Amino acid sequence: MTNTLQQEAVLAHEEQKSLEAREFGFWVYLMTDAIIFALLFATYVVLSNNSAAGPTAKELFDLRHTASETALLLLSSLTFGFATIAMHEDRAGQVVKWLVISVGLGLGFLAMELVEFYGMIQKGAGPEVSGFLSAFFTLVGTHGLHVAFGSIGIFVMIGQVLSKGLTLPVRSRLIRLGLFWHFLDIVWIGIFSVVYLPGVM
Amino acid sequence: MLGRLTIDALPFYSWVAMGGAAVTVGGGIAAFLLVTYLKAWKALWFDWLTSVDHKKIGIMYIVLALVMLVRGFVDAIMMRAQQAIALNNEGYLPPEHFEQIFSSHGTIMIFFVAMPFLTGLINIVVPQQIGARDVAFPFLNSFSFFMTAAGAALVLVSLVVGKFSQAGWTGYPPYSGIEYSPGVGVDYWIWALLVSGVGSTLTGINFIVTIIKNRCPGMTYMRMPLFTWTALCISILMAFAFPALTVVALQLALDRTLGFHFFTNGDGGNMMMFANLLWIWGHPEVYILILPAFGIFSEVVATFSRKRLFGYASLVYATACIAILSFTVWLHHFFTMGSSANVNAVFGIATMIIAVPTGVKIFDWLFTMYRGRIEFHPAMVFTIGFMVTFVIGGVTGVLLALPPADYLMHNSTFLVAHFHNMLIPGALFGYFAGMNYWFPKAFGFKLNEKWGIRSFWCWIIGFYLAFMPLYVLGFMGMTRRMEHYQDPNWQPYLIVAALGAVFVLFGIICIGIQLYVSAKEWGSSKDVTGDPWNGRTLEWATSSPPAPYNFAVIPEVRDLDAFHDMKLRGQAYQAPSGYEDIVMPKNTWLGPVMGVLGFLLGFAMVWYIWWLAALCFVASLVCVGIRACDDDTEFVLPAAEVARIEGARLAAIAPGDLHDMREFAPRGAATGAILPGSA
Amino acid sequence: MDHSEIPSRSTYLNGFFLAVVLTAIPFGIVWAELLTGTAAYVVIAVAAVLQVMVHLVFFLHMNFKSTPGENMFFLAFAGVLICIMVGGSLWIMIDLHHRMM
Repeated sequence: MTNTLQQEAVLAHEEQKSLEAREFGFWVYLMTDAIIFALLFATYVVLSNNSAAGPTAKELFDLRHTASETALLLLSSLTFGFATIAMHEDRAGQVVKWLVISVGLGLGFLAMELVEFYGMIQKGAGPEVSGFLSAFFTLVGTHGLHVAFGSIGIFVMIGQVLSKGLTLPVRSRLIRLGLFWHFLDIVWIGIFSVVYLPGVM
Repeated sequence: MLGRLTIDALPFYSWVAMGGAAVTVGGGIAAFLLVTYLKAWKALWFDWLTSVDHKKIGIMYIVLALVMLVRGFVDAIMMRAQQAIALNNEGYLPPEHFEQIFSSHGTIMIFFVAMPFLTGLINIVVPQQIGARDVAFPFLNSFSFFMTAAGAALVLVSLVVGKFSQAGWTGYPPYSGIEYSPGVGVDYWIWALLVSGVGSTLTGINFIVTIIKNRCPGMTYMRMPLFTWTALCISILMAFAFPALTVVALQLALDRTLGFHFFTNGDGGNMMMFANLLWIWGHPEVYILILPAFGIFSEVVATFSRKRLFGYASLVYATACIAILSFTVWLHHFFTMGSSANVNAVFGIATMIIAVPTGVKIFDWLFTMYRGRIEFHPAMVFTIGFMVTFVIGGVTGVLLALPPADYLMHNSTFLVAHFHNMLIPGALFGYFAGMNYWFPKAFGFKLNEKWGIRSFWCWIIGFYLAFMPLYVLGFMGMTRRMEHYQDPNWQPYLIVAALGAVFVLFGIICIGIQLYVSAKEWGSSKDVTGDPWNGRTLEWATSSPPAPYNFAVIPEVRDLDAFHDMKLRGQAYQAPSGYEDIVMPKNTWLGPVMGVLGFLLGFAMVWYIWWLAALCFVASLVCVGIRACDDDTEFVLPAAEVARIEGARLAAIAPGDLHDMREFAPRGAATGAILPGSA
Repeated sequence: MDHSEIPSRSTYLNGFFLAVVLTAIPFGIVWAELLTGTAAYVVIAVAAVLQVMVHLVFFLHMNFKSTPGENMFFLAFAGVLICIMVGGSLWIMIDLHHRMM
């Protein structure tokens, strides 16, 4: 019979290979997600002038609000970057600290988005009012949903770093989560450039 | 508590609907009793449902496809029977029932026959063709399968609880909107697509990574078997086109469920956007169905012509070209929407360009057969039948690609004939060829050839009888999806078409008999060597059926036809100097459980049972969380165990079982003597 | 996706700085109404594309040296498809819109 040491060596090698495959697979997944967002953007542009009898973009959007959301998301991208650096430096405590800050900023962004949505619905500008608003809520809401899932992911990873330490699989998951988090910031660039800025012009 | 679901959902309103429900429920009970009678529940759960072995998942996909093929065909023959008799009368099907039948026929054949069939074949074959032990993400593979099965289950359940969509398999608004289709039918359609669409997208990602990352040493891109190439291309198409279907189905769901205005008539909706988004997915989908069949034909034609595939590189480039171009032609599905001449012309020309690489492929296959020693195995016969028939469909396609001609033929039975002429020979014949070709690989014994040939003749005669009249009827002005009609000139053609459907029925019965007879004669047609056809590609190097790890030692590839080359060099069937430990993925119950959750989520959304939907959603997230925290998903198969399995395999092979490779050996230039071949 | 070298703090800070600038420019233009119409759209679009590239390079560490070829391929492929799908959709729908006026 083979001894356990050898088995562990084989497992570790396979694990390394499989983690690389996972990172590549996750990258491909992000690209397919980008297609989803691209089509939601296309729908939004086609429907953006169809406000029917409801309010228009100009009446609804507040650039200061959007700018604050942008700042929160961009900062959280930066802090996640610091978490990644701490991970490479093997400092688990720092990783957790920066992850907590990132998820705090992410939740702040989500709170602002919910305040915006709530205010719009209160003003009689819910998604069922017009094609424009349906497209707006779906596009921005899908992004928000992604941020929410990302936040759940960060909480899970904080738990894993605390309980398992920076093992190889945990690092790999952190790297993939980082890709996801940065990707959401890229989508947000599209949202303020296509939705909010032209909306108030 | 149960949303819209009341006792009225059960089909006590019509005898035909009751019959359908009875057959579905009866089939379910029969399957349940059979498994119980065979005392196979434990084996079913531990050996199959929880398995993450790509070969077993592939077999489950194909079983699903064959079951759904029968269901989809029942729809087809009911439609043909209705149209054959419904001259100036109502026939035997009321309009709303007829509409459900053509909607479910299309939905089932595309999503739950063709997709699982091709995914199943890719699952069984591709990892072996590239010399890999498994797919990149075995658990994801199991999850994808159960998402597909959950979608199929939703369509089947719609036969018993509630009704299916009446809006056609494309579900165009405004008819599929809540205003004109207030029932649950369209919701069943949407959620079946959404749930199975998740599976397809993930399958695409899985095989992209598998083929790019898991190839064995020496297997460069230009040495990959053509089936693997087509699998790579369609995996990319699946991963990048299915998001469009997800988006459009979700938007329609939002319109219907929450009163959004994406595709509504008023309040700023734009229903043209639906057609646009649907076909951004829909046209690549056509090639997702057809390209794997092209790959199968390429393998089959080379093996049974006993020659290297002619123009391998041109076939690879043609495949890649088709894959890219398939994203640039979607408007030809709605020329008549009223775009300006420039728009229609651009998409028309792009469509015609796709015919060029397809034509290249046909020539490559013909040249492969030229001067080959052709063996008329059922797989080869299906291939030849495809080549003859598919060209006709291609030509009518180029006709439809002309916008002015399309204005005349759009929505007529000419169109119906055209796309069946592409998909029956171009996809289904390929899958049948693949089934006949790779069956011994999956199960260890060959399929009966006599019944295979018989099924082919029934299918091809049935096809011509069923669809050639539809071309004619299209020119005579018959539109598609007619429940009854007044023109007596049409009826003779429709009767012939119905006769064709009967022939196809015989074809399906022949396949059933073929499976039964082959299983009965199991002992006499056993495949000992793992290489029943003197195959050329690497999947024939494994045993039949392959060990869980496929390859005890990862092979090294030196040539395009890797296994053929190994046999010529005398490297095949050699025991290696030693075996190593092999890391295998552990079985998991998460796949089937998440499949059930996916089904219940879809069902709850259809019937507005919000608490159940929320519960399933949260439970699915928890399942993902469990998996994301699990570091212990693999185990080690010790080298001694591998040595035992491999030793038993090699011991069973007698020298007489091996193929004579001398005729393939290169001839010495000077003497013309045959160099010694050893195999 | 960087497998060879560890990203440094300054990379992230530089990226952050560039992103802030590229966000401030379009917001400033719209806020202060410095530009209107097509010119404003062009500036917004250019700033957005540049910022996406900044994110890819500084946060996702994409580059031609250490990023695996297949990752680059799929990024480029997705980019091309997005152009085809979004561009095509807008062309088709805007053309239709004009014909229905």
